[in-house]
Amino acid sequence: METMHFDYPASTTVPKRICLGVVASGDLEVLLQPSKDAQSHVLIQTSVAGFEQTWKAVLDWFFSTYTDAADIVIHDAGATPGTVAMRLQQTVEESRS
Amino acid sequence: MSLNMNESNSRESRRSYIELKARERATQLLDPGTFHELVGPFDRMESVWLPMQGIVPQSDDGCVVAKGTIDGQPAVVIAMEGKFQGGSIGEICGMKMAMAFALARKDNEKGIPTRAVLSLESGGVRLQEANIGELVIAEIYAELVALRQYTPVVVVIAGNTGCFGGMSLAAGLSSYVIMTRQARLSMNGPEVIEQEAGLEEIVASDKVFVWGMCGGAQRYATGAVDVLVEDDADAITEAVKETFRKGLPPVLRTDQYELFIRRLAAMDTSKQWTAEDIRTVWKEIA
Repeated sequence: METMHFDYPASTTVPKRICLGVVASGDLEVLLQPSKDAQSHVLIQTSVAGFEQTWKAVLDWFFSTYTDAADIVIHDAGATPGTVAMRLQQTVEESRS
Repeated sequence: MSLNMNESNSRESRRSYIELKARERATQLLDPGTFHELVGPFDRMESVWLPMQGIVPQSDDGCVVAKGTIDGQPAVVIAMEGKFQGGSIGEICGMKMAMAFALARKDNEKGIPTRAVLSLESGGVRLQEANIGELVIAEIYAELVALRQYTPVVVVIAGNTGCFGGMSLAAGLSSYVIMTRQARLSMNGPEVIEQEAGLEEIVASDKVFVWGMCGGAQRYATGAVDVLVEDDADAITEAVKETFRKGLPPVLRTDQYELFIRRLAAMDTSKQWTAEDIRTVWKEIA
């Protein structure tokens, strides 16, 4: 298991906290809630070690359009970057609905 | 032709319960709009033991506890997530379950008739937390037995993981069991029996044989289950309501242990029994 932490700048606020997904093979759990400062913080616990650059690439892409100041916790059980990206988008969609 | 059309229409309108995650299952079983989660994912009550062993935890530890109403009556629903660690019972998830039963019992003692549903999909105790897991399972049994004298405790077994080990006994202790054909109910799972006793005892990959022994239809036919339901979220919700309308069962399954012992004693273990044999022979011993 590997733990990682990333920060991103933010300018808007999270409308609603959301928990999605399951920590099951190839899937992940995402918790998203408003952060206490004007930044986004991402904490990742993943079952697969050695993919920090890949995580950073997916998060860089995600935060290129996402501006809410969010505390995001990811519990990952070996999801592919595509699955991670879709879960993040789903979380944002549900936090706005 | 028209018959086929009806069939396909009914399949389209049917929503699977098995496909729902634990939180969605609890929401489904409670009256619409009444779901209120206790110790939810944002409380971050996670297993401290899993990360120590290099395993990623889940924010609800695989167990969702929700208050609400069923048929307008106060209710608590406990739903296990079968996909997280095989629906295994660890310290946090088991304690959430035991305390939910305890709070429901205290409500009942105060004159608030709170009913309880346990939606199970579990491989049994979580091996990474084995000792504490077994202790909390004992708590669960004690609280379940204390609660079932006030209100029916209804167990729903659905999902492909099935219900094994510690939670199969919880099902046995409950007031009523509702089950789907897809699920299995057994103390030892077929994989465990194959591993421990060998292929001559059981071939765990023989689905027809395994489901014939411990699948929902067989468990219903041999009296371990009270209601056999299709995998339909609304039908299961309705079955839960109908079951509560029956009130406390006149005879609990655990009160019938003498009958079950007689049935087991009648089985000659030197021959291989078929699902049909068991149904026939057990029916004769009433």
